[in-house]
Amino acid sequence: MTDRPLTRNIDMSRAPFDIGQYRAAGGYGSVEKMLKTMAPGDVLDLVKNSGLKGRGGAGFPTGLKWSFVPMGDNAPKTKYLVVNADEMEPGTFKDRLLMEGDPHLLLEGMMIAAYTIQANTAYIFLRGEYLRAEKLLQNAIAEAHNKGLLGKNIQGSGFDLEIILHTSAGRYICGEETALLNALEGKRANPRAKPPFPQVSGLWGKPTIVNNVETLCNLPGIVNYGIEWFKGLGLGADAGTKLCGVSGRVKNPGCWELPLGTPIRELLEDKAGGMCDGYALRAFLPGGGSTDFLLPQHLDLTLDYDVIGKAGSRLATGTMIVLDDRTCPVGMVGNLMKFFSHESCGWCTPCRDGLPWIDEIFQRFEKGGGLESDMQVLTDHLEYLGPGRTFCALAPGAMAPLGSALRHFRDDFHDHIHGGGCPWQR
Amino acid sequence: MNIIASSTSRPTARALTAEEKHEIDHEMTLYPDKRAVGLEALKIVQKHQGWVSDESLMGVAEYLGMSAHELDGVATFFNLIFRRPVGRNVILFCDSVSCWIMGCDRIKEHISNRLGIDYGQTTADGEYTLLPVPCLGDCDRAPVMLMDGEQHRNLTAEKIDQLFAQRALNKEASESK
Repeated sequence: MTDRPLTRNIDMSRAPFDIGQYRAAGGYGSVEKMLKTMAPGDVLDLVKNSGLKGRGGAGFPTGLKWSFVPMGDNAPKTKYLVVNADEMEPGTFKDRLLMEGDPHLLLEGMMIAAYTIQANTAYIFLRGEYLRAEKLLQNAIAEAHNKGLLGKNIQGSGFDLEIILHTSAGRYICGEETALLNALEGKRANPRAKPPFPQVSGLWGKPTIVNNVETLCNLPGIVNYGIEWFKGLGLGADAGTKLCGVSGRVKNPGCWELPLGTPIRELLEDKAGGMCDGYALRAFLPGGGSTDFLLPQHLDLTLDYDVIGKAGSRLATGTMIVLDDRTCPVGMVGNLMKFFSHESCGWCTPCRDGLPWIDEIFQRFEKGGGLESDMQVLTDHLEYLGPGRTFCALAPGAMAPLGSALRHFRDDFHDHIHGGGCPWQR
Repeated sequence: MNIIASSTSRPTARALTAEEKHEIDHEMTLYPDKRAVGLEALKIVQKHQGWVSDESLMGVAEYLGMSAHELDGVATFFNLIFRRPVGRNVILFCDSVSCWIMGCDRIKEHISNRLGIDYGQTTADGEYTLLPVPCLGDCDRAPVMLMDGEQHRNLTAEKIDQLFAQRALNKEASESK
């Protein structure tokens, strides 16, 4: 038993475990147990009852997601598991740690997911810039193959699985699961209309599950130690642990595995060491660039999906970006808007036209030339680009930091508009 | 007249090299549909040729049995497929939010001044191209950039100077051999 199931093997000062070291530490034990003693339906029930929620950002219950895949004799023979390893959310650096620190853990988790939905082919969709992760995963796949943990009739179970590593070439929208499937099919990565959902008609029209790296890395522990153990890891309503990161002007930026339900203050002050000398906390994005700003008054909230949700933001990727009192909040949001504008795939009009418009307004705020009427235009965009108006979550995600910034930093916007540009640059 | 003729002549498909074909063929074994390897094939060509010219793009499209326009739609979609020539070293400089907070704009200015190029430009000697890249996922060690397959972290102006000075020395040493 462990209370750090995701990172217990990780020590970034050395190379990650090879398959021998990994197995000596108990690795692949969950796969052996599963293949010998569990039917796919048993694993599904286990994961459903564990309370595991997706760690990619949306927090959707993993077992529920899997349960929509057609099973049984009448189900399509070809199904796919796809790993979303296209980590590109601004300020997010957690899946990199898992893939570089313990690549076999991801493969073990993939085997559990693939067996549960009875998929015989699994693709890892890795972002192209993660060159070290690419090398380590390719090597780990080869090792697992050589030891008979991948391929035909794994350990005499009759279950076949091939894992294929696909490397992308840099585009944030590929993290959206239907856009990812288009990219994997060799097309432009535009999102698809839902329904049909990928669980029924995904990659090449076959039932497909797309799961985030960290989500899958939770599975071996759940199979090994069970539901009570997993639930017991969390301190509040949510089960399990979460990789939590902090970046910005803090003394000790980094990424740690913490129980869900840990107070935000503990992450920021104990782990990240608090603010750098001479800097004070002004606000923070709790889970990457697509989340609403929270304020110092929220530090005693806990890292729980519902708790952060009730405060008006999202836990999302769990990687916090800190805004200090000597950095321009308007400039920070402008940086995010430039990112989202650049990464819009251009498929639907509100996102394609709205984000560049917002970006242009922020550029004028910066240089001088902002208008009071721009504030209304920005406010209008919160609705035009909000949930339900676009094909996917990219534009609504972009509106999260924008909308909360308009609420919290009104005076800063005013200073930019009426002071002839960014006061921090003057 | 020749000049006019050559500048208006349409590009034609380049025959892929045996090595390129061999690597693309391997990728094809991993997917049920050969058009799915479009991006991989473009990356393979770019690895060997440095960038993806019209002629290369048409060669790949022909090899995969798809239209060049469809493949160009894929090529131009992705940030890291280069449809124009780039320098021998491409500097992918992270300009996303954590790096911005940690002062990446000043580091970028320093690199631009040192090399005499802005984003999207290549040095006259063909050595370096500077490009912005969305979040490189190393936010606890910002500012960061990716060059030669290596992530350079916690960048400062001094570190940039040391890095380029070291590279100039290495280049001299390898040329004098």
